[in-house]
Amino acid sequence: MARILFFGRLRDIAGCAMMEYAACASLLELREALARENPMLGEALDDPSVRVAVDQAMVGREAPIDGAAEIAFMPPLSGG
Amino acid sequence: MRIRITPDRFSPEQILAEFLGAYREEAGACATFTGLCRGGAVRWLELEHYPVFTEGRIAAFARPIADTLLDLLIVHRVGRVAPGEAIVFVAALASHRAEAFAAVETLMDYLKTDAPFWKREMTDLGSTWIEPTALDIERRTRHEETNT
Repeated sequence: MARILFFGRLRDIAGCAMMEYAACASLLELREALARENPMLGEALDDPSVRVAVDQAMVGREAPIDGAAEIAFMPPLSGG
Repeated sequence: MRIRITPDRFSPEQILAEFLGAYREEAGACATFTGLCRGGAVRWLELEHYPVFTEGRIAAFARPIADTLLDLLIVHRVGRVAPGEAIVFVAALASHRAEAFAAVETLMDYLKTDAPFWKREMTDLGSTWIEPTALDIERRTRHEETNT
């Protein structure tokens, strides 16, 4: 199982900040699985402005996630 | 360099006094920036972050800036922030003013677009997530061009 985190507006769309999810081989596979359960979330995660961190490291959108413990989906950042 | 993320309301004056209290012989300039929660229609702002990851990402872009300074302090609020309260405070200590001013400006441009915070504004009409503007992104890109 992997922990999936949603931040900002993605949390609203997902309806939760965190969920446990069966391990997937790649981010693409995970996004497709999430989209099947929540099409709106799938659409939001497909937006190229959404960044992803796997086990606290930024990765590309198609990165492998085999064995990852924590996957975070982050909409555009806005500090300050 | 110090990075502090806090859910508690803070006083920029008090933090600055402590920062300047540590006397540094070489210090000739201190530039600061305080970002405030605007009032008007806004009832409050809510900021969230990704613990550990947020501190790490800020450290990554702040480190090269801190290397041009004697010291650098970044304080950032999370949680609910009321109008008039400080959201962010940055202080850059340098030998001369040019490095201090430049550091604060560059750092703020990075904080706006590259620091993992998410900000929601609550008004009487409901809540809206705030995302960086085209100008924020342009300002931050300018530093990248300068550095390459």
